[in-house]
Amino acid sequence: MTAQIAAILTIDGVATGAIYVLIALGFVLIFSVTRIIFVPFGDIAAFTALTLAALETGQVPGTVGLTVALAILASAMEVVSLLRSGQRDRIPRRLLFYLVLPLVPAALVWASGSIILPMPLRIVLSLALILPIAPLLDRIVYRPIADASVLLLLTVSVALHFALVGLGLLFFGPEGVRTKSLTDYTMILGGIPISGQTLLIVIAAIVFAALLFVFFGFTLSGKALHATAVNRTGARLMGVRPEKSGTIAFLLGSLLAGVSGVLIAPVNTIFYDSGFLIGLKAFVGAIMGGMVSFPLTAIGALCVGILESFAAFYSSAFKEVIVFAILIPVLVARSYTAVHSEEETEE
Amino acid sequence: MSLLALSDIAVAYGKAEAVRGVSLSVEPGQIVTVIGPNGAGKTSLLTAAIGLLPSSGTITFDGQDVSRLETEQRVERGLCLVPERRELFADMSVRDNLVLGAYTRRRETAKIKSDIDDIYDRFPRLKERHKQHAGTLSGGERQMLALGRALMARPRLLMLDEPSLGLAPLIIREIFRIIASLRDLGVSILLVEQNARAALETADFGYVMETGEIVHDGTAGDLIDDPRLIASYLGGQHA
Ligand SMILES: Nc1ncnc2c1ncn2[C@@H]1O[C@H](COP(=O)(O)OP(=O)(O)OP(=O)(O)O)[C@@H](O)[C@H]1O
Ligand SMILES: [Mg+2]
Repeated sequence: MTAQIAAILTIDGVATGAIYVLIALGFVLIFSVTRIIFVPFGDIAAFTALTLAALETGQVPGTVGLTVALAILASAMEVVSLLRSGQRDRIPRRLLFYLVLPLVPAALVWASGSIILPMPLRIVLSLALILPIAPLLDRIVYRPIADASVLLLLTVSVALHFALVGLGLLFFGPEGVRTKSLTDYTMILGGIPISGQTLLIVIAAIVFAALLFVFFGFTLSGKALHATAVNRTGARLMGVRPEKSGTIAFLLGSLLAGVSGVLIAPVNTIFYDSGFLIGLKAFVGAIMGGMVSFPLTAIGALCVGILESFAAFYSSAFKEVIVFAILIPVLVARSYTAVHSEEETEE
Repeated sequence: MSLLALSDIAVAYGKAEAVRGVSLSVEPGQIVTVIGPNGAGKTSLLTAAIGLLPSSGTITFDGQDVSRLETEQRVERGLCLVPERRELFADMSVRDNLVLGAYTRRRETAKIKSDIDDIYDRFPRLKERHKQHAGTLSGGERQMLALGRALMARPRLLMLDEPSLGLAPLIIREIFRIIASLRDLGVSILLVEQNARAALETADFGYVMETGEIVHDGTAGDLIDDPRLIASYLGGQHA
């Protein structure tokens, strides 16, 4: 292998890795606040790509139907639970949150009909359509079992993933999509071409990682989220609602997954079931960070991307095998160094 | 009208009843103490009062029935608990712990800043260590932080579960001095203590709890001279 090929593979790997970084950060974010390993996270990324592709061709994306169905179900559950606890007065506010807000982007898409919007608007709209899905799933699926063990939550996540893949087929159809590229710009660095798309992906990963850092380090919302992750009882005694922290975590995580979906759509063909593999590779990165550390997670996810790129060069048939095979030594090493903080902080 | 009134509260862990038919009340501006041996159900009672444990009976706060409200809603109304386990945010700084204490008043940014300074004046040790993680503080510093964090909420009623637990005598005196001074700020206090004498010397009214029930009550002055209590709780060394 020449140095030039190695450089090209590395750049390629960094681009793929940066996508995994976005999703892996979301995994850690959601896990640390809610103890849920949100397996369908890759599906959220894939659905964003499918949504964007539908908007490009002037179709109503399947996301609209999915969001409407979830919003109605979640609202019904909220109303029933509020009626049961005799808190009628809180119903309007909750409906605003669980019914009206999620339906705004869906209504916008519906209203725009077959008009093809400009690219930036399409991207914003795709993200807005995707954002409510995970928080709604949280309300419908996870909140009733919020006190369950991590293992049960994981089992439910896996089931939810398969349900979502089925819904994906139903709402999006079996065709693969690839969206228009976001930029045609190409940069030559030391004789190696770097596409504008790659630059965008890397910049997005850096920007969102920095935003997370600022959010947790400097905002009260971020601190409240962190507090929920560290000590749920303590947070409740301060008036911080774990459910609200969970919703924020799911929203932020979805934004990360959505952005990665938008970025990956022009370079990979995405099907309704493509999310699983993307999510799983990001998950390997998150495991490297022990599901708690954001910086280690980012490094881990980046390594996965680079490894995958080199593995594909040597033996494209085995690239997935190679990537997942590194999970084993990582897990072994982890099991020796892990601090079992999570069971300890739970009371 | 009582600020806090618990009436006929019962708490059970599965079949084991930890609290049975307990009624007590705290008047505005009062310090009320609940004393009793280990396992009497004091912690269970406070945990139920804040809503972290399910209980039967009625809990009235400021004239309103809060029995069915979530913990967070009770906190928003000015009921606050410093739990036995303190529940600090271990990997966050002392300052961030204090900031989160004021979560329910998060819009009053300027006041929160000056309140943090007030807490630092009260507990200079916390000021010296404002950047240190709560998990690395000494036992006494942790108690101070737990108390300080609770005060940041500007509670109307503060429930303290054994604030002197594991502290040196000198610091215990300091903690009780602070508790007494809180009354002057208009904070009412429900104080659970092992340290019965110190608690009764600080409080206005006291209840004695044994095996889940209240067995005596009275003004703190009466209880401290009660011969039945001197033998079992006050160590008999009353001057
Ligand atoms: N989570 C639990 N599950 C089962 N039993 C419990 C639980 N928590 C407390 N108990 C029992 O309930 C009873 C009352 O406990 P509680 O902690 O309220 O007592 P306490 O008066 O605060 O005691 P101490 O002075 O030692 O703190 C005890 O017998 C205890 O063993
Ligand atoms: Mg106790």
